[in-house]
Amino acid sequence: MLNQKEILETIRMIEQQHLDIRTITMGISLMDCAAQDINAACDNIYEKLMRLAGKLVRTGEQIEAEYGIPIVNKRISVTPIAQIAAASKATDYVPFARTLDRAGAELGVNFVGGFSALVHKGMTCADERLISCIPEALSVTERVCSSVNVGSTRAGINMDAVRWMGQIIKAAAARTAGQDGLGCAKLVVFANAVEDNPFMAGAFHGAGEPECCVNVGVSGPGVVKSALEQVRGASFDVVAETVKKTAFRITRMGQLVAREAADRLGVPFGIVDLSLAPTPAIGDSVAYILEEMGLEQAGAPGTTAALALLNDAVKKGGVMASGHVGGLSGAFIPVSEDAGMIAAARSGALTLEKLEAMTCVCSVGIDMVAVPGDTPAATISAIIADEAAIGMINQKTTAVRIIPVPGKNVGDSVEFGGLLGTAPIMRVNPFRSDAFIARGGRIPAPIHSLKN
Amino acid sequence: MKKAIVTVIGHDRVGIIARVTTLLSDYGVNVLDISQTVMNEYFTMVMLADVQGCTAEFTALRDALNALGEEMALSIRIQHEDIFNAMHAVN
Repeated sequence: MLNQKEILETIRMIEQQHLDIRTITMGISLMDCAAQDINAACDNIYEKLMRLAGKLVRTGEQIEAEYGIPIVNKRISVTPIAQIAAASKATDYVPFARTLDRAGAELGVNFVGGFSALVHKGMTCADERLISCIPEALSVTERVCSSVNVGSTRAGINMDAVRWMGQIIKAAAARTAGQDGLGCAKLVVFANAVEDNPFMAGAFHGAGEPECCVNVGVSGPGVVKSALEQVRGASFDVVAETVKKTAFRITRMGQLVAREAADRLGVPFGIVDLSLAPTPAIGDSVAYILEEMGLEQAGAPGTTAALALLNDAVKKGGVMASGHVGGLSGAFIPVSEDAGMIAAARSGALTLEKLEAMTCVCSVGIDMVAVPGDTPAATISAIIADEAAIGMINQKTTAVRIIPVPGKNVGDSVEFGGLLGTAPIMRVNPFRSDAFIARGGRIPAPIHSLKN
Repeated sequence: MKKAIVTVIGHDRVGIIARVTTLLSDYGVNVLDISQTVMNEYFTMVMLADVQGCTAEFTALRDALNALGEEMALSIRIQHEDIFNAMHAVN
């Protein structure tokens, strides 16, 4: 029989250290929903989502009850809508977003990801239409998340798309000015986007994915922090071992839930995403782990090294615990969603430049960062270009989810509420990049993309 | 056989085991193993139970145990045993 100590340890992780399954995300292909008539396409999409995901929320709740482990979010990711909408004659794609939103509301999921376009090498007419609809789509829907992939290691960076996305982010903020630019919190600009990511706002169901599958994202920064409290002052060898062992346990639980959910829903198990995902709750912070390693506050010199160790140890521990690892699988550092990161941004310990350095060694990027509302579109594009370059050269996923909050400036902060948290407005380098961004064209793929 | 772990944590008092096992038997749940400790009046009991023959929905049993816990000022939890196996055993 299991020993009492282990049982109580598990309960303590769940009760006191915020161990939870962050999300069960059902990926659904919409390839067979395309139609020339946009109304027919939307009907097809609605019918398919309701049919395949009808039991998703109830199944999640049953597993939650039987295993006594919280499953915070139940979500859906779909084929990038630009690929489905391309068959229709419509030029306005907002009805697709409304359809996803309506199905999501009726299914009881909190987000539907996939109002997306993959334009790392170039844009189709449908990609252009979809991107131009993003600001409106995000302002008239509640649950729909949007993402655009603007670069990859194999294709380089589409600087025309980078330029445009700076403008789109500004437009999305303006359209949701009454909610402090909330639309931008549901919009991610990627390089090397992955096809099986269960986390929002960047989830979509890629072209290489099956008809339908279940992907699970685990969480548990609080558990890692608590484990490290037991080895204060010990060498990094001990720190790495401790993180690995903890990550193994967390991931085993994710694997169990993923298998169980897939069995009960009658669809294939996709992947477990090994990311450490924080929430604004006290004790559920990635920044606190870095501080537990000996940094006064996240952002202090040493932060990048601490994060590199953490990110790597989480993967090493998690990879044996799961049959299939995928998604983003790395520590997340969203500023507004992490109590320690919020505090560090407020105190000035954490700057945008330090965040950029941190994104070289973890997933995903400049995430949930609020900046002054008057930040020029070209500056936002240039920040995207920098992140995309890090992703392209290092063969990793990077992303930008930045919110130029209308009417706000450094010193202010905005409250998005819930998992999106509180965002202090961070300072942006005032020197201009307009002429750089105005060039357009493509940054060629790096030499190490030529592997064949 | 479907097994669950019942954990009871709280201040020690008369009748904890009696009340919990009575409730479990009312639901047709067989107790396979019990381990308990009392440290500084802090009571911890872990039970392995066979819930295959449970006469109600698992959630109803869980809610009944939670309600008993509230009444007795204890924390009572029931969870499928696989979650503990997954986290602590490589097999």
